Amino acid sequence: MIYDVIIIGAGVSGCAAARELSRYQLNVCVLEREEDVCSGTSKANSAIIHAGFDAPAGSLMAKLNVEGNEMMDDLCRDLDIPFKRNGSLVVCIHKEELDGLKELYDRGVQNGVKDLKILSKEEVHKMEPNLSDNVEGALYAPTGGIICPFILNIAMAENANVNGVDFRFNTEVESLKRDDAGIWHIRTCTGEYLTKYVVNAAGVYADQFHNMVSENKIHITPRRGDYCLLDKEMGGHVSCTIFPQPTKFGKGVLVSPTVHGNLIVGPTAIDIEDKDSTATTAEGISSLIEKAGMNVKDLPVGRKVITSFAGLRAHEDHHEFIIEELKDAPGFIDCAGIESPGLSSSPAIGRMVKDILCERIKPVEKEDWIATRKGILNPTELSLEERNELIKKEPAYGQIICRCESVSEGEILDAIRRPLGARSLDGVKRRTRAGMGRCQAGFCSPRVMEILHNELGIPMEKITKSGGKSVIAPDLLKVQKGGEA
Amino acid sequence: MQNYDIVVIGGGPAGLAAAAEAKKSGIDSILILERDHDLGGILNQCIHNGFGLHTFKEELTGPEYAQRFMDEVFDLKIEYKLNTMVMDITADKIVTAMNKTDGMFQIQAKAVILAMGCRERPRGALNIPGYRPAGIFSAGTAQRLVNIEGYMPGKEVVILGSGDIGLIMARRMTLEGAKVKVVAELMPYSGGLKRNIVQCLDDYGIPLKLSHTVVDIEGKERVTGITIAEVGPDMKPIPGTEEYYSCDTLLLSCGLLPENELSKTAGVELSPITSGPVVNDSLETNIEGIFACGNVLHVHDLVDFVSQEAANAGKNAAKYVKNGKTASTKEVKIKAACGVRYTVPCTIRPEEMDDTVTVRFRVGQVFKDSAITMYFGDEQVLKRKKQIMAPGEMEQVIIQKSKLADFPDISEITVKIETA
Repeated sequence: MIYDVIIIGAGVSGCAAARELSRYQLNVCVLEREEDVCSGTSKANSAIIHAGFDAPAGSLMAKLNVEGNEMMDDLCRDLDIPFKRNGSLVVCIHKEELDGLKELYDRGVQNGVKDLKILSKEEVHKMEPNLSDNVEGALYAPTGGIICPFILNIAMAENANVNGVDFRFNTEVESLKRDDAGIWHIRTCTGEYLTKYVVNAAGVYADQFHNMVSENKIHITPRRGDYCLLDKEMGGHVSCTIFPQPTKFGKGVLVSPTVHGNLIVGPTAIDIEDKDSTATTAEGISSLIEKAGMNVKDLPVGRKVITSFAGLRAHEDHHEFIIEELKDAPGFIDCAGIESPGLSSSPAIGRMVKDILCERIKPVEKEDWIATRKGILNPTELSLEERNELIKKEPAYGQIICRCESVSEGEILDAIRRPLGARSLDGVKRRTRAGMGRCQAGFCSPRVMEILHNELGIPMEKITKSGGKSVIAPDLLKVQKGGEA
Repeated sequence: MQNYDIVVIGGGPAGLAAAAEAKKSGIDSILILERDHDLGGILNQCIHNGFGLHTFKEELTGPEYAQRFMDEVFDLKIEYKLNTMVMDITADKIVTAMNKTDGMFQIQAKAVILAMGCRERPRGALNIPGYRPAGIFSAGTAQRLVNIEGYMPGKEVVILGSGDIGLIMARRMTLEGAKVKVVAELMPYSGGLKRNIVQCLDDYGIPLKLSHTVVDIEGKERVTGITIAEVGPDMKPIPGTEEYYSCDTLLLSCGLLPENELSKTAGVELSPITSGPVVNDSLETNIEGIFACGNVLHVHDLVDFVSQEAANAGKNAAKYVKNGKTASTKEVKIKAACGVRYTVPCTIRPEEMDDTVTVRFRVGQVFKDSAITMYFGDEQVLKRKKQIMAPGEMEQVIIQKSKLADFPDISEITVKIETA
């Protein structure tokens, strides 16, 4: 079969494009080298929806950031994605740099960011009592928000899938070329795929695929960012997302509540070579603690950290999104250099990719396109009576599996059974938060393993943390094997 | 809403002993709520022996020890619910819980006994740098996988932390055919019992490296290697001391934290040292009628002490149900000083207290040839020499009501470690 469109990469950009394309009568397939969607850059970031004052005026980044931010309310309502406009503050800690806030304000206005306001020292401290005493003023962007980056990605993928988009996991693209008839041949570790159009949404690897087909080379540097996640006890320490003033190295270390009520601190910015190197470093983590402390006081970062992690930004040398059909490779559409504000821009990135393809293909819209998706039920939002009704119907909702995050067996079963369902501990974690709390899966992992085993028929000793070789408990006990005890 | 005189949160060793003692003290309406599918708590996965030497004068396995208390609870016909998660406790002692058959339900209790136990400190809280692959387990999770589920978490093991569960798992994994390469301990002393170091490490030739920590975890999918390094007096790794171990598993035994999220919903005041409730001599928290015992109160070394403490909480809860609130009497603060990290209880009521009250505590470092001393006000009333004291082992002093009565004007009792 020849697909109309193959998308390389099931991250947030690829899945946003897949969902937009699923509106049309097209055969679309997403190829993903990992075992699940949201397994690369999209899973490890600040979980922020930026307002859009940062990117240079006139840049594609600025345009798509502001558009993506504006699209977020409808998208999150339609696809049941946890999202909150908590507002962003860029704080200034040196009187002599207060002019920088005005510059940022002007750029934001130029970019089309609404309701920006410069706050005096008094105003900002009144708004955020835990800001450092050194804070002299701030730029306030009420349109800034916080989101669950996993669910944003997963929801768009699920919705695309329900509307007919194929997903092929554990399918790493090795090479691709265009034949004389204009058909793209994509060689993967599981066989060859044919398609008329290719969307290159491969994150930190997008340059490799681009450079296979084009003479105009691009170069992407994985720029690592370390983060600390703090206990929910600290979630109310600040209410807005607190940024330092940006420098040429980026937006700096932020302190923000997450949409699930934790506090996140990060990221660092360290350029590396290895495109899979998400190892945190002691220096990285300790520098976070120091930098965050300059803007926010009383951060008990040492004691209240429940986990630290690192993600990679796909930093293209020109620090700009590259979203276009390549002139010397017709039918190959780049979606490259998607670093921050990539998550914020993702709905607009998907729409732009769709527009490029629609211009070429002129597809027919589906009449039965399903625009909405119902997320995994969050029983904590129900009243006692509603919850009892639910448990009577579905007793699994009465059994708590993850005690830290209060996740029931019912939610985990839903996460496994729904379209593109979870197949690993991390898959369950990103969909339900089971294992994401303060004990970090210590208590619930054996129980989630058992549920995965029962639901999917995967032998216990083959259940993985995140696919591939990430097996949790690789062997039976001697006595279980019937051998010598 | 249902009504019970006493609701016990948790059916592990503490909850079982508390419930049994409350029943024997004359309270009939008692309910134990247990989140797991069996009573007995963490003892069920502790299949090694060495439990019960103090209580039963014999060496039992964890499940055997638990069974004795379970049998007592069954004989006393105490009600319990399994697979039941308590979601909330209010200061008015309304307990909200949930399970598959009853749904979500509320109970008005006259007294509540907190016996939820503790959890292990996870990797994230230790800020260990490196990758986050499969193969990193807290020691207790590995213990559950091996002893309850019947699966081996790996073949070549490095252990960080020398807490008791880590030491026990070093031996357990070895007996199951794994190679335990090293146990690294950040502190200059072990966090576990001396007998466990001898029986679980020394007897199997497993090296214990004190003042060492993990500085890197290698492996993108599954652990492939661990680097440890020596730490200086500032607890920071010393460059040049790194040692690499190829392995597929890292077990963490770096401390236990009382699980007091529920206690907080009721407004129970917690100690920043123990992370457990602040209690008086009857093990009652700042919230009237809410008592605490076992590892949710402070992390114990021996389960025998958990059972003793819990029985005391059960007896006091029964007394509270029968007699109601005691007229507020004088309270004397117990101060931990000079090497004593904390005491449980934190306060004592000279008029209300039992004839004797056991005060338990841990020391903050290893002390050799020193003495435990106790002062009523400024006057030394106890000096007990000890050859060795270590943070891994709990210590205790006993306060006699009759003796305390001789000091009617003091506002403070102090427990210290001094030179012998």
